[in-house]
Amino acid sequence: MTTTVGRYIGQSVKRREDPRLLTGHGRYVDDVQDAGTLHVAFVRSNVARGRITELDVSEARALPGVEAVYTADDLNPMIQQYWASMMGPRIEMGGESVYPPVSVLAPGDVRYVGDPIALVIATSRYIAEDAADLVVVDVEPQRPVLGLREPITNTDLVHPETDSNVSQTMPLPEIPEIEALFANAPHVVTRTFAGARATNVPMEPRGLTVHYDRYRNEMLIRAATQSVHEIKAFAARLTGVPESNVRAVADDVGGGFGQKMMVMREEAAVIMAAFKLGSSPVKWIEDRRENLMASNQARSEEGDLTFAVDAEGHIMAVKCNFFEEVGAYPPSAGATAMLAIGVFTGPYKIPIIIPGCTAVYTNTVGKSAYRGPWALETIFREQMMDHVAREIGMDPIEFRRINIIQPDDLPFKTATEMTLENITPSETLEQVVEMLDVDSFRAEQARAKAEGRLLGLGIGGYVEPSAIAFGVLNSDPAVMTMDVSGKVQVRLGTGSHGHSIETTIAQVVATHLGCDIDDVAVIQGDTATSPMGPGTGGSRTAVIAGGAAQTASIEMREKLVRIAAQLLEASPDDLEVNGGVVSVKGTPQAAIPFAQLAMTAHMAPDMLPEGMGPGLEVIARYRPPTEFTWSNATHGCVVEVDRETGMVDIKRYIVSEDCGQMINPMVVEGQIAGGVAQGIGGVLFEDMAYDSDGNPLATTFLDYLLPSAPEMPDFEYGHVESMSNTLGGYKGMGEGGAIASPPAVANAINDALAQIGVPALTRFPFGPSQIIDAINAG
Amino acid sequence: MSETISNVTVTITVNGRQRDVTCEPRKLLSDVIREELVLTGTHVGCEHGACGACTVLVDGAAVRSCLLFAAQMDGAEITTVEGIANPDGSLSDVQEAMRDNHGLQCGFCTPGFVITLTAFLRDHTDPTDDEIREAISGNLCRCTGYHGIVNAARQVCGRANGGES
Repeated sequence: MTTTVGRYIGQSVKRREDPRLLTGHGRYVDDVQDAGTLHVAFVRSNVARGRITELDVSEARALPGVEAVYTADDLNPMIQQYWASMMGPRIEMGGESVYPPVSVLAPGDVRYVGDPIALVIATSRYIAEDAADLVVVDVEPQRPVLGLREPITNTDLVHPETDSNVSQTMPLPEIPEIEALFANAPHVVTRTFAGARATNVPMEPRGLTVHYDRYRNEMLIRAATQSVHEIKAFAARLTGVPESNVRAVADDVGGGFGQKMMVMREEAAVIMAAFKLGSSPVKWIEDRRENLMASNQARSEEGDLTFAVDAEGHIMAVKCNFFEEVGAYPPSAGATAMLAIGVFTGPYKIPIIIPGCTAVYTNTVGKSAYRGPWALETIFREQMMDHVAREIGMDPIEFRRINIIQPDDLPFKTATEMTLENITPSETLEQVVEMLDVDSFRAEQARAKAEGRLLGLGIGGYVEPSAIAFGVLNSDPAVMTMDVSGKVQVRLGTGSHGHSIETTIAQVVATHLGCDIDDVAVIQGDTATSPMGPGTGGSRTAVIAGGAAQTASIEMREKLVRIAAQLLEASPDDLEVNGGVVSVKGTPQAAIPFAQLAMTAHMAPDMLPEGMGPGLEVIARYRPPTEFTWSNATHGCVVEVDRETGMVDIKRYIVSEDCGQMINPMVVEGQIAGGVAQGIGGVLFEDMAYDSDGNPLATTFLDYLLPSAPEMPDFEYGHVESMSNTLGGYKGMGEGGAIASPPAVANAINDALAQIGVPALTRFPFGPSQIIDAINAG
Repeated sequence: MSETISNVTVTITVNGRQRDVTCEPRKLLSDVIREELVLTGTHVGCEHGACGACTVLVDGAAVRSCLLFAAQMDGAEITTVEGIANPDGSLSDVQEAMRDNHGLQCGFCTPGFVITLTAFLRDHTDPTDDEIREAISGNLCRCTGYHGIVNAARQVCGRANGGES
């Protein structure tokens, strides 16, 4: 299905990022070791909720090599403003977004295990950690606020500054006509689903180096971030240093998956500490224990779903009520479910949706974005599709077929007033069914069962609101310059952290400018050279930054053609561009290479066409025509469940996806594979559990189990390419792998277990112990 | 406390070159490689021997440098990821195969995989898929789902990609 545009778009071009990364020559934040750099270690709470009764830093301050030890009183009062560009100003500033109270260090009380209480700055990390051990902290423990529903009515408060633990709520409405519809529907199925608390786990933990020079009133930040412009703006607001005097740089970034999009509390603390210090570079590199204990987490969510279905299997109406905890100090405290509700109907024709949601603060680490932040809608809905199908005696694939949006239905207006267009949910479903060869599988499943083996098949589908384009996310810039030699640089506001942007954007530029890919340099990750853009996240870069690069390329090409037309005394319409040369169509000897055109523009401006100024620069910005660019996929999974051990073996994993025009199929498939692995991990292995005292129980990789190679299958891909309405026809696909895989795996496990009468599991994780318990109970 | 402990000096051969290193006895080999030897390709991903990002060759064996002290290394021959490419700077077979098969995205875990696969494929010329997956089971990657890395190993062994064994 792959279409190729020009020489590069649609080709699996090898990545230009790879040679440096494969040979150990990447430049991650901790690889920059400037002389005189000081190192930070945090003193953290080991109590979930309590009052600090003693805090003595004198011994730590006295340790040789220690430059400073800061506590809340040193840093919190200096904070000017604390809000994220993506969410906008705080309510008390006239904005609309909910934020937790402002503090970068624990203000007299601790609110989760890992809450930073003091910040030590020393000449080495070893000494900083020695000094952190010398800080005397005594905390009088209080009963922690935990859970997703209990905190709603709990009068103990996570934040004494608020009057409730509820950070945001939209109560489930009761509408008499709808209640009557549910009361009279042929089938009504109700289930509660739960996710397992998960964390992003970029292999490079968070980290930053901040150098504030008080004599210049300038701040230089090097950070492991998805968005240099966000940390720059955030640091300026925090400290009051003019934003124009703050520069943020991110070279190579070792993954993020959402965790490095927003500025988190420790990062803000380091910025404040460096600002207070006013001299040396201050570096903090999060260690893995900190990352697992105190870097923001996600997926602690539940959904109460009720589906009303008619006698033929058409969904008549759904109720969905979501509950989630946002922990103590999330970067923003709004309910993720607000966005999830908007897209809950997914790829199905669901005429009525009655939604509700409630988010609560708890004495746990804060919630933040994790690859598909709104994924709960798909994770719960797609499991529900199987539960409903099973309950009404219909095959889950058939139940989906009856309800899925067909090509003739497009554009389709959902019950939440979203207009879906340029999507192919039924096509991807059928492609997966074909690749799975479902009929053969069912025969194999029956044979296996006769041998005492449990095979299962699961499907998961979604429609993704990729490339979200509102607020600060509305657009992406591209600044293109061509130098005298005819080579181009394109500067982007993106933040690659594994996304192959240096390669894929070069493919876009080379295709649309009409030059060799080696003549295109892609520059990002430095606010001094890159125009303001919101960074990389939310499956946006190919769509929006790609659109910007394409716009800039087309404008540059038009300019070059006009110059060539002048020099060749030809009409621009008679010219073509290929391989960095502008020539007269049909007369290849009448040709001028880019270098000569560029030399004219830069050095002989009097030879340029009437009205054209000197130089070769294009400033472009692309804003997609709609706030969401819809992409879609269907996942299919075959598992074998070991009825003795409860272990799940993934036998096949198939993804049919539609991300529109693929720029680089190899990169597309790589993004899918990584997302699917994370989704599989979220069902089978990963569980950031807390005990009843609010202690995190998975603070090492021996407890927080990431998928490793032996557990992962070879992935199989199908592609459907339908163009989006954006400039390049692209659709975002960075998150989809992680969104549809949890329900596909869950459905496959439940399909296997159903053969021996085990009631379907509904609460992640589906680990060996949960599966064995279910088998024994069934 | 650091000021009461005297430093130690060890002689190590690193990527073919002999180096004298003076450091605190408690300093991890991974930190000495990164800070004293300024070979920052060796990455620290967990500091508890679970993720494999810091893997280096010590006397030919792939080991986790975060679980060793530099002070233990006197006389050892160490190869870091910077010592894997060919002398002319071109990529080794393992590195080239990783690139061909999109076996890396963010690249942070990559040096560990390159070292682990280099040692494994030196000793195993025709491994099964299960043996390949087992060989890299001590290295964690959060980006790729491992498929491209397994395909890279298959390519080095001269096998078609994606096949079941």
